[in-house]
Amino acid sequence: MYEIRLHSRGGQGGITAAKLIALAAFRDGRHATAFPFYGAERRGAPVVSFIRIDDNPIKIYSQIKKPDLIVVLDPSIMELVDVFDGLKDGGTVLINSQKPADIPQYKSYYVDLTDIALKVGLIVAGTPILNTPVVGALAKIGLFSRESAQSAIEEMFTDPRNTQAAMLAFDEVKHE
Amino acid sequence: MNENKHTTLSTGNNAVATAVRDAKVQVVAAYPITPQTEVVEQIANFCENGIFDAKYIPVESEHSAMAACIGASIMGTRAFTATSSHGLLYMHEMINWAAGARLPIVMANINRALGPGWNIWADHSDALQTRDTGWLQVYVSTVQEAYDTTLMAFRIAEDQRVYLPVMINLDGFALSHINQLLTTEPIEKIQAFIPPYHLDHAIDPNNPRGYGTMTAADQFVQIRYDIERSMRASCAVIEEAEQEFAKACGRTYSWTDEYLCDDAEILIISMGTLGKEAEVAVDILREEGVKAGSMRLRWFRPFPDIQSRLVGRDLVVIDRDYSFGYGGIIASSIRAKTGLESYNVIAGLGGQEVTYLDIASFVRERKIGKEVWFGIEETKNGYEISRSDI
Repeated sequence: MYEIRLHSRGGQGGITAAKLIALAAFRDGRHATAFPFYGAERRGAPVVSFIRIDDNPIKIYSQIKKPDLIVVLDPSIMELVDVFDGLKDGGTVLINSQKPADIPQYKSYYVDLTDIALKVGLIVAGTPILNTPVVGALAKIGLFSRESAQSAIEEMFTDPRNTQAAMLAFDEVKHE
Repeated sequence: MNENKHTTLSTGNNAVATAVRDAKVQVVAAYPITPQTEVVEQIANFCENGIFDAKYIPVESEHSAMAACIGASIMGTRAFTATSSHGLLYMHEMINWAAGARLPIVMANINRALGPGWNIWADHSDALQTRDTGWLQVYVSTVQEAYDTTLMAFRIAEDQRVYLPVMINLDGFALSHINQLLTTEPIEKIQAFIPPYHLDHAIDPNNPRGYGTMTAADQFVQIRYDIERSMRASCAVIEEAEQEFAKACGRTYSWTDEYLCDDAEILIISMGTLGKEAEVAVDILREEGVKAGSMRLRWFRPFPDIQSRLVGRDLVVIDRDYSFGYGGIIASSIRAKTGLESYNVIAGLGGQEVTYLDIASFVRERKIGKEVWFGIEETKNGYEISRSDI
């Protein structure tokens, strides 16, 4: 079982990103579930989503306590929340950032998803949309194939800029 | 893969809405409430996009939602609504009316706690407060089961031997908002499985009759007894529907969902998503050499005939509900029906996080005949279930 926790802010598309990640894993022939933790969320508030990927049907509904991978869509959350809480030793981190984070104890990746969204014009109500580019970055990290990422995005979105952004993120993601 | 089937990710709420569309419901009257909202949003979307030809009535309250469903159903049209928690209780009067008038309305209830304190998360207290109304009640645990059971609910409710409403229960957020794989079935197959809606006592302007008039005790008793007779007859109808569904779609359902029960010395009994989480606890316990099994109750009304499966085993009953001054409702029901005591764990109220590790601990720490409240320190050694302890 591979477990992912995704940190975002309400309105950034974190919940949709979680669904896309699970869908891409399914397109790779695996089982997957995705669910958000709902508090009294509103636009801008920190939101946590969970994704489980396995070769067998997944029976667990409770929250993920010891994730294998942490995804941070909005690095400013790291000032409010301990995003690394419970991350397995040697676990993986992907941060939406221009620069690497100083976390040598983890396998750390970074990519400027916001810049990619702005570049391709993926903006809704003034907010850059990060949920499709992040799926491209995760394909590069090896969570699922590039084709499955594209297939998942195209199932949920008709605007080609989504796939374009994902493929840019695939090319631009960097390992620290 | 059968090319007519379609598999993708879906939430529990979306699975219910999709089943309602595929069952060709004719009237939907509903009022949005968290965490049910996505059900009615999605149905409204289907109607708006022209892929669902139902009359969608946005009403001003849940009481009106059920009243509109009653009107639609008695006019001979297939009717559906969905609600949660306070919405369910707000329609309570009409819930009784729907069953008493013998109307095969189908409702999805997204289980949520009742306030105060204000709480939007999973809890079975809402549905269990309506258990004595004459509605059939089923509790599901996966997105696929939510879709499949909603389809079966129409066939069961509308069978002439039943003519009673059916309530499908999904744990708020835990199931309503999780994305899991969902395989939908081709419309032709569903149409063959659910016959067209026919109500023997539908209003016919060419043949006027009286409805809901003053009724003296002798006839009233007969009417009430008829509800119970149909409730009992529904057992065979449920079994037929589940068997026919398995033949048509290849997925098997029964009164209970049992995991490693046959040789189990300890049974974990629960309803809803905790019943799936319990299967993971069983795997852990089996590795420790503890012969546990999980029995998830699907149907609560009519209550399944499970006595022979329970005798001679330790029972750990998880209640995501409570009857104040009495006990956990599932444990109480099992005791009343079978005379068997259990270790009754009150857990998951108001969306309380209960993991497979917690469930495994319930089994290890079981004290048959006692009740504990998970997370309440003073009950950790277990209440004796007697009035003097309260």
